Amino acid sequence: MNFGPLIFLAAFFGLTCSWFGFVLTPQFQIGRLEQTNTVPSGTLYPVNRPGLARQGLGIYRANGCAYCHSQQVVQTGTVCDVVLTDAGTNQEPLLVALRKLRPSLSEAEDKDLITGLPKTVRQGLAKDEAQAMVKTLIASGAKASVWIVPVGPDLSRGWGIRRTVAEDFLFDYPVMLGSQRVGPDLANVGVRLADPNWHLSHLYAPRSQVKDSTMPPYRFLFEKRRIEHARSPDALLLPSELAPEPGYEIVTKEEATALVAYLLSLRANEPLFSAPVSVASAAPATTDTNAAPGAVNSATNAPPVK
Amino acid sequence: MTSPSTQPAASAPVPANLATTVSEIDFSCRLPLLVLFISAAKWLVIGWVFELIASIKFHSPAFLADYSWLTYGRVHAAFANSLTYGFCIQAGLGVVLWLLAQLGSTKLAQRWLVTVGAILWNLGVTVGVIGILIGDSTGFVDLEMPGYSAVLVFIGYLLIALWGVVTFHQRRRRRLCAAHWFLFTALFWFPWIYSSANLLLLVFPVRGVAQAVVAWWFSDNLLVVWLALVGLGALFYFIPKLTGRELHSHYLALFAYWMLILFAGWGGIPNSAPLPAWMPALSTIGTVLFLLGVVAVALNLCETTGCSLSVARGNTFLPFFISGLLAFALAGFLRAGLALFDVNQSLHFTWFGPALKELNLYGFFAMAMFGAIYFIMPRLLGVALPWPKLVRAHFWLSAAGVVLLVLPLLLSGFVEELKLENTNQPFLAVMRSTLPFLRVSTMGDLLLLIGHVLFLANMTGLVVGFYRARAQATYVDLTADLFKTAGARS
Repeated sequence: MNFGPLIFLAAFFGLTCSWFGFVLTPQFQIGRLEQTNTVPSGTLYPVNRPGLARQGLGIYRANGCAYCHSQQVVQTGTVCDVVLTDAGTNQEPLLVALRKLRPSLSEAEDKDLITGLPKTVRQGLAKDEAQAMVKTLIASGAKASVWIVPVGPDLSRGWGIRRTVAEDFLFDYPVMLGSQRVGPDLANVGVRLADPNWHLSHLYAPRSQVKDSTMPPYRFLFEKRRIEHARSPDALLLPSELAPEPGYEIVTKEEATALVAYLLSLRANEPLFSAPVSVASAAPATTDTNAAPGAVNSATNAPPVK
Repeated sequence: MTSPSTQPAASAPVPANLATTVSEIDFSCRLPLLVLFISAAKWLVIGWVFELIASIKFHSPAFLADYSWLTYGRVHAAFANSLTYGFCIQAGLGVVLWLLAQLGSTKLAQRWLVTVGAILWNLGVTVGVIGILIGDSTGFVDLEMPGYSAVLVFIGYLLIALWGVVTFHQRRRRRLCAAHWFLFTALFWFPWIYSSANLLLLVFPVRGVAQAVVAWWFSDNLLVVWLALVGLGALFYFIPKLTGRELHSHYLALFAYWMLILFAGWGGIPNSAPLPAWMPALSTIGTVLFLLGVVAVALNLCETTGCSLSVARGNTFLPFFISGLLAFALAGFLRAGLALFDVNQSLHFTWFGPALKELNLYGFFAMAMFGAIYFIMPRLLGVALPWPKLVRAHFWLSAAGVVLLVLPLLLSGFVEELKLENTNQPFLAVMRSTLPFLRVSTMGDLLLLIGHVLFLANMTGLVVGFYRARAQATYVDLTADLFKTAGARS
C-alpha cells in the first residue's frame, strides 16, 4: 500500500502547526486589539502618532534604526511602596505607628516624614505587607496608599516606568521591536529626552551630546548650505569643532525633523490594566496638593531592585 | 512517498538496467546549477563587502557617514539578505535539485525553465538589495527586501521548486532515503512561509504587535527550519557517501525529521516581547523540544563516521560537512539554552543573538553548501577544480573565520549581560567594553571574505577551464581536416 500521500499530509500538518499557533491564533487575540483605557484616569490609549511622527517612523525603518535599538522594556516583577498622603489631625498615633513600621529610623526622621506630604514610608515591599502597613497607618487616622512600582534592570536604568505591552504599538506600521541593544532602549525616549534640539544635534554628531558615543552620525539627514541673508532659525547650534566653515550653516532636512518627531512620540509610559504602575498624577490624594508631581516616585527616582 | 520502512539508498549502486547514466544526469543539471552556484558565490562576496563596511562602523562610527545608502542599518540589512537569499537559499536550491536528480537516477526536469527561475531569483534579490540600500526596507528582520522584489523572488522560487518536485516524481529509483524527506519538504515549506509573511506583513498588514509575531515566526522558519531541512538533507547524503559507510540509522534520521518539523518552527519569540505570555512560553518549549532532533542528528551522523574526526583527514569535502554538523549541534544547544535561561534576562539583546544566528547560518549551513558545491561542480562540467589546494585553504579560512566571528561575540554577550544586570554600570560603558570582542570578530569577517574570494575564484576558474577545454576541442575538430590535407600534400 502506498502511504505516500498520507505521510506527506502528516508532515505538512506537522509543519503548519506552528503556522496555526503563531500566525493564525494571534490574529484572534492581539490582531483584534483595540484601544484601551488608562488606569485610573480612563483616557483612551494609545492615540495614533501625529502625521510627522508617522513619517518619522518611515525614516526609522528605512535606516534600520531597529538593528541597534530595541523598544521592549523588560520588567522582572513588581514591588509595592507605602505612601503617606495625609497625616490627619491627630499626629500622635501616627508617629507611634511609624515607630513600629520603621524601627530602624529615628523619631526625628519620622517627624520629618509627616511634613510636606506625600512621602514614601517604606519601599520595595510585597503586596500583602504593604497593604497591612497601609491598614495600620489608616487606623492611626492618617491617609496612606499602596503604590505599585514595576522593577527590573531596564527600569532602574530609567528606560521606562513599566514594561512595554502590545497596546503601545497598536497603530504602528511596521512594528519594529528590535532584537538587539547596541544602543539604549527607545520605548520611552520621548519622555527621557524631550528636547528636539538635543536629538537633532545628537543625530548630526552623536559625540557632541554623548561623550564617546558609538552611534554613527546621520549627517545625510542634514544639509550644509550657505547663509544667504541671515542664519536660519532652524540651523543647528553646534560646538565650534563641529560647526561648518564661516558663512555656512547646517539645517535639518525634512527627514531629520520627522525622525525626531517620531522619537519624541515614543512614550510607552501610561499606566494600563495589563501593566499597572502608580504615577504621581494618578494618585487621587496627591493631585490636590502642591507637591511637585513625581516628588515621591517617578521614572527618574526608581526604587532599588528588590 | 512510499512507506518510511524503505532503506537508505544513497550509497547503493545504480541498478544496471537504468539507461540514464550519471553523466547524463549531470548534464541535465549543468546550466541551471551553474547559474545558481556561480551567482551564490558572487552574492557571498558582495554580502561580505557589506558586512565589512558594517563592521568597520563599530570601530569608527563616522566611517562613510555622509552616504545614506551606506548607513549601518541599510548595509547590515543588505548583508543579511545577500547572505540568506543570495547565497544560502540559492546554493541550497541548487544542491536540492542535484540531489533529487542524483538520488532518483533521473534527469532534471525542464532545465531551461529552472534556469529562467534562477535568473528571476537573482534579479529579485538584486532589486531587493538595491531596494534596501535606497531605503525601501520593509523593517521586518529577515524579510527586508521590499514587496516589489519579493514577487520576482517568489516566482523564481516556484519555477525552480516546481521542477524539483517533478524531478522527484519522475525518479527511477523509487526507494526513498532520509535525505529525500528533508529535501522534498524544504521545497514546499519556503513558498508557504514566504507567502504568509509577505501577505500578512506587506500586502494586508496585520495589526500592531501581531506583525512582530508573524515576522519572528517567518524568521525562525526560514533560518532554523528551512536551512536545517536542506542542510541536514545534504549531510545525510554526503557524510555516508564520502565516508563510504551506510547511514547509521534510517529511523533515527526520520525521528530527527519529525522533531524538526514539529518543534523547530515554534522558536524565535523572546521572553521580553510585549506579547501575551503564552507565546514566548510556547516558543521556549518548542525550541527545547527540538533538542531531541538535534541530538538524534548528531548521534546518527556521529555513529556513521565512527565518531572520529580522522575520517575527514585527506578528504577534500568531508571537513566541510563535519564542521557543519558540529556547528549545527552547537547552535541547537545554544538556542535551547538561550530560550531556557533567558526568562527575565536580556541575553538575547546582547551580541549572543547575532553570534548564534551566524553560527547556524554560516558555521552549519554555508559550510555544508561549500562542501556540496565543491563536490558537485566538477562533476557537472567534467573538468577538475583548477586549484584544489585552495579548497583546503578555503576550509581553514572559513573554519577559523567562523570561530573568530562567533566565539568573541558569544563571550561578549555573556559579559554584556552580566554587566547590564548591574545598573550602576552606565550603558555606554558596557557597550564600549564589547568593542575589543567586535575587533576580533571583524578579523573573522576578513578571513571569511578571503575564503569567499578563493571560493569564487575556484568556481570561476572551473567555468573558464570548462569553456577553454571546449574551445580547444572545437579547434581540434575544425583544424583536423586542415592537418589531414596538409599531411596528404607533403
